[in-house]
Amino acid sequence: MKRAPSLRKFAAAPHLVWSVLFIIAPLLFVAYYAFTDSTGAFTLSNIAALTSANYRMTFMRSISYSLIATVICLVIAYPVAYIIARSRKHVQGTLIMLIMLPMWMNLLIRTYSWMAIIQDTGFLNEILNAVGLPKIHIINTPGAVVLGMVYNYLPYMILPIYSVIVKIDHRLIEAAKDLGASGLQVLTKITLPLSISGIISGITMVFVPSISTFYISQKLGGGNYDMIGDAIERQFMSNYNYNLGAAMSFVLMILILLCMALMNRFSDDDAETGGMII
Amino acid sequence: MKKTVENKPGGGKIVELKNISKAFGGERVLDSISLDIHDDEFITLLGPSGCGKTTTLRIIGGFETADSGDVFFDGKKINSLPPHKRSVNTVFQRYALFPHLNVYENIAFGLRIAKKPEAEIRSAVKTMLAKVNLSGFERRHVESLSGGQQQRVAIARALVNQPRVLLLDEPLGALDLKLRKDMQRELKEMQKNTGITFIYVTHDQEEALSMSDTIVVMADGKIQQIGRPEDIYNEPENAFVANFIGESNIVDGVMLEDYLVSFAGQTFKCEDKGFGKNEPVDVVVRPEDIDIVSVADSMLTGDVESVTFKGDYYEIIVDIEGFKWMIETTDRQAVGATIGISIDPYEIQVMRKSIYSGTFGDYSSFSDEIDTMSDAKAGEEA
Amino acid sequence: MKVLSKLCMFLVFFFLYAPIIVLILFSFNAGRSTGVFSGFSLYWYKEIFQNRTALNALLNSLILALSSAGIATVLGTAAAAGLHKFRGKYTKAVIMNVTNVPMMNPDIVTGVSMMLLFVFIGRALGASNSLNFATLLIAHVTFNLPYVIVSVLPKFKQMDKNLPEAALDLGCTPLQAFFKIEIPQIMPGIFTGFVMAVTLSIDDFVISHFTSSGFQTLPLLIYSMTKKTVTPDMYALSTLIFVTILLLMLLSNLPSFADQRKENKRIRKASQKKG
Repeated sequence: MKRAPSLRKFAAAPHLVWSVLFIIAPLLFVAYYAFTDSTGAFTLSNIAALTSANYRMTFMRSISYSLIATVICLVIAYPVAYIIARSRKHVQGTLIMLIMLPMWMNLLIRTYSWMAIIQDTGFLNEILNAVGLPKIHIINTPGAVVLGMVYNYLPYMILPIYSVIVKIDHRLIEAAKDLGASGLQVLTKITLPLSISGIISGITMVFVPSISTFYISQKLGGGNYDMIGDAIERQFMSNYNYNLGAAMSFVLMILILLCMALMNRFSDDDAETGGMII
Repeated sequence: MKKTVENKPGGGKIVELKNISKAFGGERVLDSISLDIHDDEFITLLGPSGCGKTTTLRIIGGFETADSGDVFFDGKKINSLPPHKRSVNTVFQRYALFPHLNVYENIAFGLRIAKKPEAEIRSAVKTMLAKVNLSGFERRHVESLSGGQQQRVAIARALVNQPRVLLLDEPLGALDLKLRKDMQRELKEMQKNTGITFIYVTHDQEEALSMSDTIVVMADGKIQQIGRPEDIYNEPENAFVANFIGESNIVDGVMLEDYLVSFAGQTFKCEDKGFGKNEPVDVVVRPEDIDIVSVADSMLTGDVESVTFKGDYYEIIVDIEGFKWMIETTDRQAVGATIGISIDPYEIQVMRKSIYSGTFGDYSSFSDEIDTMSDAKAGEEA
Repeated sequence: MKVLSKLCMFLVFFFLYAPIIVLILFSFNAGRSTGVFSGFSLYWYKEIFQNRTALNALLNSLILALSSAGIATVLGTAAAAGLHKFRGKYTKAVIMNVTNVPMMNPDIVTGVSMMLLFVFIGRALGASNSLNFATLLIAHVTFNLPYVIVSVLPKFKQMDKNLPEAALDLGCTPLQAFFKIEIPQIMPGIFTGFVMAVTLSIDDFVISHFTSSGFQTLPLLIYSMTKKTVTPDMYALSTLIFVTILLLMLLSNLPSFADQRKENKRIRKASQKKG
């Protein structure tokens, strides 16, 4: 008679079948389409097409905008996460709820709403006008695209950093103070090093969606600043060149894998669950 | 030299282990264990952590299967019978009460699974609650109970099913000393009243000595000795048992002939026989069995190195020809004084050499290393 | 320092809520514009309940979210129950990495990759349109699965491993022990996983964009509207959804608020006694 625990493993079987069919197989299809032409013959021309000046520009733009957005998110999120983690317990719950609440409203409609704020005749300029300051032109600039990214993904930076800082044993900070560290020294020598894992997962959670976004730049950038996401979407939804689209997706995936591998070298934590889930 | 257990309680064998071996990830935890457990017996598996006692219990409970060897229950082989088909119940180390059920539902759980009629369940649970002094606690949430109360619920939950054998895995480990003493008495009482066989696992030698009919001392996956508490204490079979149970001075000796042993440069009369001529042996003398006498009347002399007041006695360390002896005495001795000691023949226990010879028994470092180490390990496990 | 952190929090919350405030404001606009406010009116709130397309899209979103989250929760819980018992470190790591792919991969790559699979199979079967509700459902279950597994698996790990053993010991079959003892213990994880799955599914636009045709969800409808113009009735609908979620969140936090107040009262009483 077979013992129960070994039978138990078969509960994972449906999931394993599902993973093979709908995670692994689709990725193989991306690779397949990326390296074949419309007749199904092997070719490198799709990849080669991406080296054109136009696509090089698109890739560079995506990388640089999303890097800038990630850095801005980090600079804003760290103090916010720190302040939340150091506030009273029930205040913490409310603040975290308030950080998460906007994410429940549709992303597209919130981005659309930004247009009303940053248009040349929008709220921001009306306020500036009212206090006698000169108007600023934001909409349809690279700045507007980065603003959209920061707005959309800021909570993804705050939450993992918060969840790491809040777990830091308060006695460590008291011990550091007892040993003569100033407030700033406590931050740089204790809190910051101990919150690295949260920072790392925050960076991935902001950088990955930023670099692959295809909606924000269309709306806030006025379609003038094509990102990788926009280029991919166009191949699938209007140009119907799946092979080129797959090649772009393939390169994007490799790019992100490289970035993640690089990030993982900075964190020695096992990434099984990480600080990703709050 | 294996001594047979004379006061076999109850009657026939209920659980029989034959040549059980078990390894986890290539590490051998049980090395061909054989053990008979009888009806109505309170038997304790005693040993330091990692000795295989819990694994033995889990094999009897059906939570592990042995790599080789057989398990018999009531004469029937039950090697791979799953736990829910065995008429044994377990009290787990940290109770394992179901947190989403109240006290009543926890105790009623087994009866409900067995589809007993509601009226029968109600009266059985009520009786059981009274037996463990928890009447009126039916609706309480198990997490709101103290450690001792949770313990009682765990025992009630197991006993209400009227198992033939109750397995207890260090059930008192998480309780404080005072409560532990009370529970020891109550458990013993319960075992006597119910007539159910108790198989009890602990690393606490005092607990084992005070509760058991039979003690099984285990170390390194092997049974070192099986016997009544008195036998285990007074006639340890090897250096491990002598050291693990109580304090002991273990010195190298030579068995000159039957009833005559030589150690510490002297020849002593003893009550042991059956060794080869001039066979090297380990000799155990308990600290409380050594008499301090005037140097003139002494068998051995030594210098007092330290004196520690222990309340009802002094514990002194005496250097006798380089070997540090521990002696417990009610008379205060001065540090540095030369004293004489005398040992009666019946206080000397001669043991065959074993792999544990020379590992224990010298009090030069004057620490209870092995005890502290095993306790700490047990703590980690828990 | 106190003032500085309060100012910092205020600015961040202002930034996060600015577009939402604007959106709510324009939902009460008397005019058709989402940029120029021409007077207060409840017109668009009446209008949205006449808008069959929008209401239908909302209903579709709910159907998709609940069914995909339901399937993902069952599959994911079973997977976690099985994975929990895997001993081989290497196999387990490989499985977890594959499972997490939809969580790590950009949504657009997940969407595109599934589209390619569905289109390929559709062409092979000779279907004229290879995307439908089934493909959308499969896509949503796939990206929901890892979130269910990461919320359920730790609950299995945290559970006292003696609990299921105690159930077996008391006569349960392994299946009974699983449903009577383990499921109640891991219920909080299952609930979190389900709620996360519903949220992600309702919110998803990118993956749905590539794997659906014909079955219009609310995000898909909004996207098609933003291509032309968005009328304030969509703002009204978003406001209603936002308020509903806010109320749900407050309601679910109510018990803890009550506890907090009780606790405060107790502390106050205790300190009064001392004083």
